[in-house]
Amino acid sequence: MDIRPILSTLMRHKTAASLIVAEIALTCAIICNALFMISDRLDQIREVSGLAENELVRVQITSIGSDADQSARTRTDLASLRALPGVKDATILNQVPFVNSSWNSGVRLNREQQQSTLSATTYMAEDQFIETLGLKLVAGRDFTPDEFVEFENFDLPGVSPLIPSAIITRSMAEKLFPGEDAVGKTFYSWSEQPTRVIGVVEHLVRPSQMGGPTAREYSMVFPLRPHYNLGGNYVIRTDPERRAEVLEAAKATLQANGADRIILEENTKTFEQLRHEYYQAPRAMAWLLGIVCVALLLITALGIIGLASFWVQQRTKQIGVRRALGATRGQILRYFQTENFLLASIGIALGMLLAFAINQLLMGKYEMARLPLLYLPAGAVLLWGLGQLAVFAPARRAASIPPAVATRSV
Amino acid sequence: MFAYYCNLALRSFRRDKALTALMVVAIALGIGACMTTLTVFHVLSGDPIPGKSDRLFYVQLDPEDMQGYTPGEEPAEQVTRYDAEALLREKRGTRQAMMTGGGISVTPGREGLAPFVSDARYTTADFFQMFDVPLLHGGGWSAREDEAHARVAVISRALNERVFGGGNSVGKQLRIDQTDFTVVGVVDEWRPTPRFYDMNSDRYGELEDVFLPFSTSRDLQMGRNGSMSCWGDSDGDSTGVNAPCVWIQYWVELDSPEKAAAYRDYLVNYSDQQRTAGRYKRPTNVRLRNVMEWLDFNRVVPNDVVMQLWLGFGFLLVCLVNTVGLLLAKFLRRGSEIGVRRALGASRGAIFTQCLVEAGAIGVAGGILGLGLSLLGLWAVRQQPASYAELAHLDLGMLLLTFVVAIVASVLAGLLPAWRAMQVTPAIQLKSQ
Repeated sequence: MDIRPILSTLMRHKTAASLIVAEIALTCAIICNALFMISDRLDQIREVSGLAENELVRVQITSIGSDADQSARTRTDLASLRALPGVKDATILNQVPFVNSSWNSGVRLNREQQQSTLSATTYMAEDQFIETLGLKLVAGRDFTPDEFVEFENFDLPGVSPLIPSAIITRSMAEKLFPGEDAVGKTFYSWSEQPTRVIGVVEHLVRPSQMGGPTAREYSMVFPLRPHYNLGGNYVIRTDPERRAEVLEAAKATLQANGADRIILEENTKTFEQLRHEYYQAPRAMAWLLGIVCVALLLITALGIIGLASFWVQQRTKQIGVRRALGATRGQILRYFQTENFLLASIGIALGMLLAFAINQLLMGKYEMARLPLLYLPAGAVLLWGLGQLAVFAPARRAASIPPAVATRSV
Repeated sequence: MFAYYCNLALRSFRRDKALTALMVVAIALGIGACMTTLTVFHVLSGDPIPGKSDRLFYVQLDPEDMQGYTPGEEPAEQVTRYDAEALLREKRGTRQAMMTGGGISVTPGREGLAPFVSDARYTTADFFQMFDVPLLHGGGWSAREDEAHARVAVISRALNERVFGGGNSVGKQLRIDQTDFTVVGVVDEWRPTPRFYDMNSDRYGELEDVFLPFSTSRDLQMGRNGSMSCWGDSDGDSTGVNAPCVWIQYWVELDSPEKAAAYRDYLVNYSDQQRTAGRYKRPTNVRLRNVMEWLDFNRVVPNDVVMQLWLGFGFLLVCLVNTVGLLLAKFLRRGSEIGVRRALGASRGAIFTQCLVEAGAIGVAGGILGLGLSLLGLWAVRQQPASYAELAHLDLGMLLLTFVVAIVASVLAGLLPAWRAMQVTPAIQLKSQ
């Protein structure tokens, strides 16, 4: 196919041609960035928490006023929850993933260090922490029963805090001790005394988004038994199909252990529900971006169809002459498709530059990551395909113009 | 003449139904997307306390120790209880209040109503006057009640309905955290957007249900909400007066820029004194921001909302380029008609105006449809789980803006095609007929 006649025709329709180019460029730039944002949101939604999510339920409870027996009552609560039919394990946490409230603390590698190496979240663990959440220990060991301390005793005035051991996540271990075995190493966080890493778990997300994506799994577990007024999160593991039943039984059990407490019904649900709600905003944003992308492609396609139809109409006579001179239908069809391909290519090239410019702007202002190069060919293929699809109908109409119209006066 | 142009535009629409419909839909989609996102942005970035936002100031001091100190960094976002109480005692502003969020339990005296938990605000006397809180019944409390650690409460209208079934409940007793409080005031509908006085909790959420004197809340060891940052050892009580923890918001009302400057000097002085006394370790680093500065600093509008605004504008831009192309096709297709009109004496200006009227008419149609789409879009926004969702409503200003944007956008889109159309030479068109 000879491109030169196409180019010379386009040069005579500079305005219309540059409008198509501009529209394709804008659409390409927006769509590349939008697709990137969608994939970023999807990554968030699909995040691995490290928990046996589909087996877990959470009951949140609080006392009416303060409770002098909170630690003892927590023991009783846990014992009765564990005795419920269908309950595999039960524990209590100061904070749970997928709820935006967390304990965070700076972590240093030695006592004299001025700036923290990282900020990690602190889970306070009770005996069945690892089993209940379904965490996977990849190095070291779990806490031994004699390591646990009641948080209430730990928090008393005059007691200097001492946390000899901790379990941390693999991601935190790699950040603190890159390339080394973290088990047996020490760090400084809550106290001026060193804390020794005794175990490493594969995954455990922090409750909040603090610190951004890289810090998602900077989590440490301290053997401090929380009481129920410290967040009030009873977490129970059961079979997926028994969750509703166990949830009801757990509420009744807790209520029976003292009517001077309130079960926070709206926060009492399965972990799947918690997760679903936690990611509602990114999910909605992904949907919105998706809808906008489709609408943009549609608008662009309609614009191309409109202008191409106009062109065909304008060149009816010219096409007739070419047909009369022996051009086949296929050649006419290819002419318009090549023309569109050329315009789309220019538009895509400009669009990519623009896509990078927009990405730079978003990176500077809204902490977005750099647009991976992969999105550019993807966007290009999408728009080339769209252009060919959009121009097909007008081009076919052009090809079907009979040679006779050239000889007929208009 | 204008009426004639409108008439011509209508005829042209009838002739090219598909093309016209396409343009109207394109403009409508662009306007709809743009106005939806703009309305959400407008609602979220507004002034929560107009008329007073430049007289209310948020205080920041830097009480931390030297560990983790980086010169030039922002001071802590909240103040310690010690500092808040000291500043409050010295009363150097027109009004001042310290506050923090909290969580309490309410045990209603009514039959069949189970105890429930509510959000609370522990604050001091000036809060209500300082923030222009509208009161349905009664009023706030005075500094005397603060000092006396009085068991008084101001409650929200919603809580008043729930516990007392509405009506004037001033003087009635309310059981909070197993202690009886006397209701002294009921707050009328009040929804400052964003809830500027505390950036730690839900920024667009509803008003707290219960307001209590800060001193009372500490007496009764009531649970607190929001962020707390500690350094050093708080010796078992992180909410104690001497705890090395920041967790309190401190607001001061200052009537003039001069008073604000003087207050800043006072804060610098205070900070210097604290360092001399050995309490502060870091170099003096204070901030005094008014409401809008404080909101800006906190980047109060969610990033997603800003991103959606840009996306809306980008979408409108694509729709406009699209419309420019289609208008061009439409006008040039009518080359012969324009040629005849020119030959019959229409000036270039007349052709230009006629084309712009046609473009404007498309804009009006697109605007009406776009308005419908933005109402639909806002309805969709209100279905979202975000706490600001229910605030997404179109006001009169936005409604007018929709039409202005639609018409301006379509006329702008019509400029180039109209300019091209007016250059049609009558002779060539007539000859080729």
